[in-house]
Amino acid sequence: MIGPLTQRRTIVVAGNPNTGKSTLFNALTGGSVKVGNYPGITVERHAGTLRLPDLTTAELVDCPGTYSLSARSHEEFLALEAVAGLPPIGRPDLVVVVVDATQITRNLYLTLQIIELGLPVVVALNMVDQLQSAGITIDAAAMAKALGVPVVPVVARNGTGVDQLKRQIAAILHAPQRVRPSWNWRPRSAKLRADVDAVSAKIPDAWADGDLERRDALALWAMLSLDDEDELRDVPTELRAVVRERRATADADGRELEREIIQSRYDWIDAHEAEFVRQTRQVTRFSDRIDRVLLHPAGGFLLFLAIMTFLFQALFTLADPLIGWIEDAFAFGQAALRDAMAPGLFADFLVDGVIAGIGAFVVFLPQILILFLFLGIMEDSGYMARVAVLMDRVMRAMRLNGRAFVPLLSGYACAIPAILATRTMDRQRDRLLTMLVIPLMTCSARLPVYGLLIAAIVPPGDRAPLQQGLLMTAMYVFATLMALVVALVLGRTMLKGPRVPLVIEMPPYRLPQARIVLRSMWQQGREFMTKAGTIILACSIAMWLLLTFPRDVTLSRDFGAERAILEATLRTSTTGDLADLEQRIAALDAEELGERTRASYAGRIGHVIEPALTPLGFDWRVGIGILGAFAAREVFVSTMGIVFGIGSDADPEDALLRARLRAATWPDGRTLFTPLVCLSLMIFFALACQCMSTLAVIARETRGWRWPAFTFVYMTALAWLLSFAVYQGGRALGFA
Amino acid sequence: MATLDDIDVGSSMTLVSLNGARTLRRRLMELGLLPGTQIRLVRRNHVGGFVEVEVRRSRVSLRLSEARNLQVTGVTS
Repeated sequence: MIGPLTQRRTIVVAGNPNTGKSTLFNALTGGSVKVGNYPGITVERHAGTLRLPDLTTAELVDCPGTYSLSARSHEEFLALEAVAGLPPIGRPDLVVVVVDATQITRNLYLTLQIIELGLPVVVALNMVDQLQSAGITIDAAAMAKALGVPVVPVVARNGTGVDQLKRQIAAILHAPQRVRPSWNWRPRSAKLRADVDAVSAKIPDAWADGDLERRDALALWAMLSLDDEDELRDVPTELRAVVRERRATADADGRELEREIIQSRYDWIDAHEAEFVRQTRQVTRFSDRIDRVLLHPAGGFLLFLAIMTFLFQALFTLADPLIGWIEDAFAFGQAALRDAMAPGLFADFLVDGVIAGIGAFVVFLPQILILFLFLGIMEDSGYMARVAVLMDRVMRAMRLNGRAFVPLLSGYACAIPAILATRTMDRQRDRLLTMLVIPLMTCSARLPVYGLLIAAIVPPGDRAPLQQGLLMTAMYVFATLMALVVALVLGRTMLKGPRVPLVIEMPPYRLPQARIVLRSMWQQGREFMTKAGTIILACSIAMWLLLTFPRDVTLSRDFGAERAILEATLRTSTTGDLADLEQRIAALDAEELGERTRASYAGRIGHVIEPALTPLGFDWRVGIGILGAFAAREVFVSTMGIVFGIGSDADPEDALLRARLRAATWPDGRTLFTPLVCLSLMIFFALACQCMSTLAVIARETRGWRWPAFTFVYMTALAWLLSFAVYQGGRALGFA
Repeated sequence: MATLDDIDVGSSMTLVSLNGARTLRRRLMELGLLPGTQIRLVRRNHVGGFVEVEVRRSRVSLRLSEARNLQVTGVTS
């Protein structure tokens, strides 16, 4: 009887993408996954607890899916870092290599690379249930013999073989020395041996960890990965130098280092694979039949557009009722709390600051969940790899990759889920560029603002609906073109990156698994609520404070006394017009709120920034609206309602609000909201980053305030310049 | 000798050499596209600008412009 292990062990789960790695990971941990991040980078790190048959536990870490440990970017480097356990992580006690049995040849390449590192390895031969339909047989025992490491056939989807895998893991943790791989990388020529020795000598001692085999394996990694264009950090200069020198010498000699190294692994695979893999018959892949349609030069694109249209529609039609319920629930909670509490500043703080602030981020949840449901299905079924190639040509023109299409499209619904959706992109530079452009997409929160302003521009009449529609379309086209220009400019300047070749595997289509898709959807939603949500809540409370304080302002009339008289009349009158009295009280409240808001810190800021706004045609009251719109763009409408003294529940169709806006003037009597000013204001709203939630999510996703600050500055500058050009240009042309 | 971008769909052939950027060559070789390997052209999509090849039982897509760097021989349909 073996006693339980005393020390907590670490096990890394590695494998190619699309091998069912996440499914197996969940099957092993029972779903107890903690989603974290790799230090200094926004790639998610999943870790969970594995309970072994002998009742000991080990930490299971999910390594990003990869075809090879070779890397040219920092995010690709994570695979090596996790599998090899480079400092400061420390070597794992065991690596589980998940292999897709139907794609065994290519999967063996990564397996050999991992075995070379000299760590105890178990191969989980996954999807063995699909071998028959693929016309392949694999002898797991013969495979284990050939590789010299245990091979456990599993079907992660239904849990077959998972218990055997756990037993095998426990056995190796107790006696790691029993695993003796028969694969050892050996150079085929003396020249290559000399190259590897030279590079090995420069591998940092902390990486090699006193292990010669590991030192050689890391030298091979360095020879495949390092060059003058890579984006790897923390690589010693002398290691780079020796690789450069050795490669130059080999090139001059007519040898190609990369080919020699990679060839040696495939040579082993070609020589030994027949010992355990047999192709019994040739089959037409089921996926081929699907791809004949989905990757058809014409039909493939049409179907993709149809799927995207459906996704986009769902973001509105499925999310709208849910958002409505959430808003109703919060309104109900706010009303109930207000009734239960004594009126006063603290009640206002709880109701209008805290509860409204929580509501401000919970409303994003339906769209986030729906979008991640779609993304999960697309990813898990294998369609996302097709989207990447289908959209490559289009998105490359914008200096982006094909996977950027879905996040950008989602930006037309709302930037928050769209920015989260960039997590499906693996290159950091592409992800960042997509994130910076998304807020320019015409999100649905801009529509109420446009509605209010377009109604002010287009005079009422028979042709008004058509003209209003055209103006709305023009705003969409304008914003999309601006996004294109910004992507091109940023992609060539600040975020210039080397062009990366498109070489991707087309995995076989598989039925997406409800458990996996729903779990990842739930994790994304929960993470948003706890991490980004708190930032949004803090910003909401700050906005409330700005609009509410200071309290001790001198008002033009004694609102309290007037209200007391009206309320007394209301109580005593039995026959009089009660509705009229109530209306007069409400109007009085709205007047007071408007006056207090105009005198608040937000109002004072409005006055301070007015000199920057007058060249665009805006006064300080519009400035308050712009400030208020940080809570969410559509809040501009209700803020204008408050500022113009008609209360906080104005909507874009409100006749009184429209009338007050039409009547608004500058101190010298000129009309404030001329059609030209409204157009200038629309341009401003199209381009300015009037959304604290967007900035909060970018901060969360990029781990810092540098990129949200940049987004805010570039978008505000762009908005100001174009509004300025439109307003001043319009005036020069003789428009009011 | 021909390049992969102008082979008929469905043809089998042997890869002779890879040109182009080092990253491209390294990626292709690590996915099994080494000189001497038998491959088959499964699909060509001119609109999307990519080709798909079968290599060692799996499928790899690459851009048409990058497929020009792959020289092949012994093309049989």
